[in-house]
Amino acid sequence: MARLITHPDAQLMETAQAVKGRSLLTDARRRLFRNKAAVAGMIILAIVTLMAIFAQFLSPYAFRDQDYNFISCAPPWWPGDVRCRAGGAHWFGTDSVGRDLFVRTLYGAQISLEVGIFATLVSLTIGVLYGATAGFIGGRVDAVMMRTVDILYSLPFIFMVIILMVIFNQNFVLLFVAIGAVSWLTMARIVRGQTLSAKQKEFVEAARAAGVGSFGIITRHIIPNVVGPVIAYVTLTIPGVILAESFLSFLGLGIREPYTSWGVLISEGAQQIETAPWALIFPGSFMTLTLFCFNFIGDGLRDALDPKDR
Amino acid sequence: MAGPVLSVRNLDVRFWTPDGKVHAVKNVSFDVNEGDVLGVVGESGSGKSQLFLAAVGLLAGNGRSTGGVSYRAQELIGAPENILNDIRGAKITMIFQDPLTSLTPHMRIGDQIIESLQTHKKMNRDEAAARAIATLELVRIPEAKRRMRQYPHELSGGMRQRVMIAMATACGPDLLIADEPTTALDVTVQAQILEIMRDLKKELNTSVVLISHDMGVIASMCDRVLVMRHGEFVEQGAADDIFYRPQHPYTRMLLEAMPRIDRPERPGRVALKPLPPESPILLDVEDIKVHFPIRVGGTILPKYKPLRAVDGVSFTLKQGETLGVVGESGCGKSTLARAVLKLLPQTAGTVVWRGRDLKEAAKRELRQLRKEFQIVFQDPLASLDPRMKIGESIAEPLRSLEPGIPRNNVNERVAAIMEKVGLDPNWINRYPHEFSGGQNQRVGVARAMILQPKLIVCDEAVSALDVSIQAQIVDLILSLQAEFGMSLIFISHDLSVVRQVSHRVMVLYLGRVVELASREAIYSDARHPYTKALISAVMVPDPQAERVKTRRLLTGELPSPLDTRSALMFLKSKRIDDPDAEQYVPRLLEVADGHFVAEHDPI
Repeated sequence: MARLITHPDAQLMETAQAVKGRSLLTDARRRLFRNKAAVAGMIILAIVTLMAIFAQFLSPYAFRDQDYNFISCAPPWWPGDVRCRAGGAHWFGTDSVGRDLFVRTLYGAQISLEVGIFATLVSLTIGVLYGATAGFIGGRVDAVMMRTVDILYSLPFIFMVIILMVIFNQNFVLLFVAIGAVSWLTMARIVRGQTLSAKQKEFVEAARAAGVGSFGIITRHIIPNVVGPVIAYVTLTIPGVILAESFLSFLGLGIREPYTSWGVLISEGAQQIETAPWALIFPGSFMTLTLFCFNFIGDGLRDALDPKDR
Repeated sequence: MAGPVLSVRNLDVRFWTPDGKVHAVKNVSFDVNEGDVLGVVGESGSGKSQLFLAAVGLLAGNGRSTGGVSYRAQELIGAPENILNDIRGAKITMIFQDPLTSLTPHMRIGDQIIESLQTHKKMNRDEAAARAIATLELVRIPEAKRRMRQYPHELSGGMRQRVMIAMATACGPDLLIADEPTTALDVTVQAQILEIMRDLKKELNTSVVLISHDMGVIASMCDRVLVMRHGEFVEQGAADDIFYRPQHPYTRMLLEAMPRIDRPERPGRVALKPLPPESPILLDVEDIKVHFPIRVGGTILPKYKPLRAVDGVSFTLKQGETLGVVGESGCGKSTLARAVLKLLPQTAGTVVWRGRDLKEAAKRELRQLRKEFQIVFQDPLASLDPRMKIGESIAEPLRSLEPGIPRNNVNERVAAIMEKVGLDPNWINRYPHEFSGGQNQRVGVARAMILQPKLIVCDEAVSALDVSIQAQIVDLILSLQAEFGMSLIFISHDLSVVRQVSHRVMVLYLGRVVELASREAIYSDARHPYTKALISAVMVPDPQAERVKTRRLLTGELPSPLDTRSALMFLKSKRIDDPDAEQYVPRLLEVADGHFVAEHDPI
């Protein structure tokens, strides 16, 4: 047995420091749940998501049913003077062809959230693979790969999507791919930067000295250390993608009738803002609320996953 | 003027952090008298820096201090900011550990000194400039006039610290607070800086407070010493009393833990096991070179110049032997270690490991050979993956080099080695950030030891640790060596530690060996001027010896390794005066049995 000089106090100090230890993940979770804005964001987002999923059970109307009695009518509880007031369960009023706005807002949420999540997944996959490869190999390969990203960056984003949408028709799935395919650039840069810095850490050299191969170093050391900032960035990408989809739909390039998304609803609402403000207000506030939630969660995660910020 | 310069009464400092309240300084009282050199010694976290930051009102936002601090009857705690500003920088000045971060990077150093003089002494620009030059000359900065126009990044660490001292003394302060002023510097530079501080003190009769963790520095400078621990003074008194008749167990422990160049073996500490005469040769390194291409200009077609980090080093290592490698920062000691372990490609030369030339070894074979040589790094926290439990980190070499061992066998071996290095095997599920530096370094040692390698390289393995922890890790390494008989390459800038752990010592200067000898010979019979300067620069925790010691100071700076002339610093007679020329390579001469010295000009 190794003989150590153990000064009693030195030992005492060390154990005292060790006792109150916490693991990184529980620490992160604790910090995330202490962040009130992030918790509120998660709760509201969960409610919106559940409402979107169960939209058909929440309203007696279907999203494509038209009610010719109520064309562009205000919700029954709408204050003030309006041209017409919708009856029954049209809580958010009706649109210009008599469809229920409540159920359409929730269907719009479905589409918008789907676009947000799937397009982000596309951008995540491409971005992480591309960025991690460039960062890990380094040198010339890295230079060429990152200059390519720079060139793509300089092309106007919407222009690219519009070209893609025109070439491949207005396909629903393609919308995900198109938006994801242009939003991976920032992700690739972030992942590459993180990989570069993780690669130069001493523990990677220690792993090489311990005989761990390149594959092991990437999977066991680099990826776990890159995941934190990437997760945080993902939650910030989702709102960006939702906005992009809204913009495309606003231009008439996204979702087609009778399907809808927040962008489509807002675009329609904006055209009749003076006669039927509710058609803009409800989808608009849902989208704003959701974007706020994602941003708060993203900020919370970023802070929670940074161990220096205790 | 009679009375103390600075008088501290019942000073208490607390910090509010997310992890709770930290009581950094607990109700301390002391005086700094006219002409005093007061040493404050303590390990990291003892509150020694916070004490003086609080005294001059520079606490961080989450800290609060109570009690009384008076500078010549002017109460400082709670004093309005403008009064504090008048005193700070003029009457009480501070020098910090890192001179680069304490100097403003975008201002010429001359302007920074002039600004301080204009603010505090109300001088006009010309007077201030003349005074600034005079102060820079006082701290022995050569070509002071030219240096005034330089920016902080153009100066070396030692020069920057001199500028800091010049700035701190320009206004003629009553009290100079130096917080670890030489900790970030090489030993030879440290000796120069302390020499300058000592002379300044004599000339200006300023009171000095020297905060340090290094008992040697304190012994060489101070008349009175405060020993601090957990925010309290455990002992205070005259330097001689503290060093020769320590009362408190903590002071005694600090003195015992301190490695001493004059006493390599001391009772109560693990001793180095003598090398059996018939040990076989394990490692034979022949003329190894590692050059890095450094870009020196050329916008479209880049121009490169080789940085000769390691430039022709040869040595052998026997089984069970420890080779100490010493040298100052930039001498190539870490690069040498990495090249020997094949973590860096070598430019030339051969590394023969147990009769096998590693250059010929294929990747697969090299990986298998890694079982036999491992490394312990300097920064214990940085060398452990923060997201990996320490059990996994320790098991990593086992997993990657001996795949196919059953899981419970891995766990058993991890538990066994953890016990050996003094860690509780129940801690396998913890993360590195839950441990102190010393415990993390034990994890690093456990990871290197788990395969029971034949060679372990310790790259500054104890340099980042507090002395008490450092002593524990050194003893751990020595006792593990006695038990398992592995060889060690022990790299350090600290000659005292190297002397304690090594059979033979190799001194490097700019990538070349200047002297290689047994531990006894190199310290008692050093031949090369560089070795002599290094040894004489070491501070010993023995105030009387330090007072009478005459140092052989190296003048000037460690020169640029890109300049081929630099390597012939000690053989100027054969130097070709051209920074790019191929220079003469000094031979290593065997002056006694096993004692090699590089050719040098007669002293």
